[in-house]
Amino acid sequence: MTALLEIRGARREFATPEGGRLAALDGVDLDVGGSEFVTLLGPSGCGKTTLLRAISGFETLNGGSIRLDGGDLTALPPFRRPVNTVFQSYALFSHMTVARNVGYALEVAGVGRAERDRATAEALEKVGLSGMGARKPDQLSGGQRQRVALARAIIAKPRLLLLDEPLSALDRNLRQQMQIELKALQSNLGIAFIFVTHDQEEALTMSDRIVVMRAGRVEQIGPPREIYRQPRNRFVAEFIGETTLFPLRITGADGAEASGVTPEGLEMRLPAHALRPGAEVTATLRPTDLQLADKGLPGVVERAVYVGADLHLTVKSLQGGRSILVTVRDGAKAPAVGQTVHLSYDPARLHVLEAG
Amino acid sequence: MMAIQRQNIVLTALLAPVTLFLGIFFLVPLLTIALYSFLTPGLYGGVEWAFYHWNYGRIFGWADGIIEIFEPIYLTILARSLAFAALTALVCLILCYPVAFWVSRLPERWRLLFMFLITLPFFSSLIVRLYAWLLILKPTGLLNSALMATGLIDTPLEILFTPVAVVLGMVYIMVPFMFLPLYAAVDNLDRSLIEASMDLGATRAQTFRKVILPQTLPGVLGGLVIVFIPAVGNFIVPDLLGGAKGLMVGNLVEQQFLSARNWPFGSALSMIIMAVVLAVLLVSVTRAKRQGASHA
Repeated sequence: MTALLEIRGARREFATPEGGRLAALDGVDLDVGGSEFVTLLGPSGCGKTTLLRAISGFETLNGGSIRLDGGDLTALPPFRRPVNTVFQSYALFSHMTVARNVGYALEVAGVGRAERDRATAEALEKVGLSGMGARKPDQLSGGQRQRVALARAIIAKPRLLLLDEPLSALDRNLRQQMQIELKALQSNLGIAFIFVTHDQEEALTMSDRIVVMRAGRVEQIGPPREIYRQPRNRFVAEFIGETTLFPLRITGADGAEASGVTPEGLEMRLPAHALRPGAEVTATLRPTDLQLADKGLPGVVERAVYVGADLHLTVKSLQGGRSILVTVRDGAKAPAVGQTVHLSYDPARLHVLEAG
Repeated sequence: MMAIQRQNIVLTALLAPVTLFLGIFFLVPLLTIALYSFLTPGLYGGVEWAFYHWNYGRIFGWADGIIEIFEPIYLTILARSLAFAALTALVCLILCYPVAFWVSRLPERWRLLFMFLITLPFFSSLIVRLYAWLLILKPTGLLNSALMATGLIDTPLEILFTPVAVVLGMVYIMVPFMFLPLYAAVDNLDRSLIEASMDLGATRAQTFRKVILPQTLPGVLGGLVIVFIPAVGNFIVPDLLGGAKGLMVGNLVEQQFLSARNWPFGSALSMIIMAVVLAVLLVSVTRAKRQGASHA
């Protein structure tokens, strides 16, 4: 299967006020399939929005190429590209009705009134706003405006829909509802979505694949589970979800398990793979992979944060004092701060990073 | 209840000075002019307190016993003034629109410098600045010497004391008044709207027509109105640069009050100007609004 969108070696540089050059995109390669939901995830300034704008045509690349369906997009102006965008601020035309906003792409393409009205009604129905066509955008709630922006962007049946942090202005409940709806809409339409966010939970919830970016580079591309379970490096491990990192010197390996020791002297067991004694590695362990037990790693509860169903603990190991994050179900035996607990874990759950 | 009463008292106290000021210095003179326009002209200026409708008769052509054959000279001059003012407003708009865009994209300190530059003319006398135009435009002036030196023309252009000079002079005076409301509107324009339009397939021309222009329409209308109104009544520019063909209705009013000393007739002319300007504005603004709303 060939990819719908192929990005090769995308580079975009900006001049800094100090006279230097800053690479917002520093050689990005990315393939997106025809009906894939891909999320660009990273902290602000990582280049994810620049990449999106390069695809829509609002940023010109200094190097590299963007191909859609085999055809080169790089030289096309935004209005000739068969991609549409849902903007972060929605960018609705306040002087037009909702219906005219939604039908805008067809209006400028010269589609006749009757066909336009039919398509507008259909698009509004898809986003659950039937009958709202006569209103002006400023008569709508934030969530409704979001839907209008969405309907407007899908009416011309683009091959690829770009979404620039579209949910960031919504409150938490609405955001979660929209996440589900967006995902449903995407599989309904059968077109590719490229979704930009800095919210890792949003990325994990919705994506077929996540592209983790930092400083203009792609750190890792993979399905949510792989990104979460097998982060390639420290940045990805720490950016996606909570984790505890263990810098380990391997002390021994026998069969399936190896053992290592942190600089402070905490001993950990981990899957052996191809680890040799003496090797220096970093391993990560997710908070949910540790349990409170009768015996195991002894530690003192430093901090306990109640978040509803779960209790987020920070446990300071008695061997060397490393702080370990642990998530346990909140229950009758909830440990208090200062209490000594024992932690157990499945060594297979420790993941060794490829690079520190 | 007490709070609302208190609020009302505070509001009244705050609004009283401006109401009083406008009442005394705006409304009273206006009513005086309206009243004078229906009084008999005094022999040596001033008015006689007797009803007299021939002030309007002279303008619209019912005989007052002095002028037997009606010539719509005043209406012609009024029409000319409206045309000059409309042209001035339009030229200002065309000049300022691209500049407003350009300035709104400048870095902050360049923008401030530009705003300062555009208000710079206000620091010197209007008469002096118009005299400068006189020197530039006259047959042996700067413009003609320059054009002849470069060989583009061989006889001096007759610009001074023509309608061209009047419109040129008025555009020169009015440009800042057009620029400021226009700039405010353009600067407020959300750039993402332009991007959204292009993203949805609109060309640059379509984006301008369907998004940028309607979004900046309040500034455009504001600028047109604020230029058009004073331009209709302007008398300094036609006085200095206009000659006989460039005479405007403002000059007539000025003459009636200062030289002819026929205050009631001057008042009648003023009332007509005011009525016409109001009518023009009402019609054009409501039409533009309706067009902006239903434009599809």
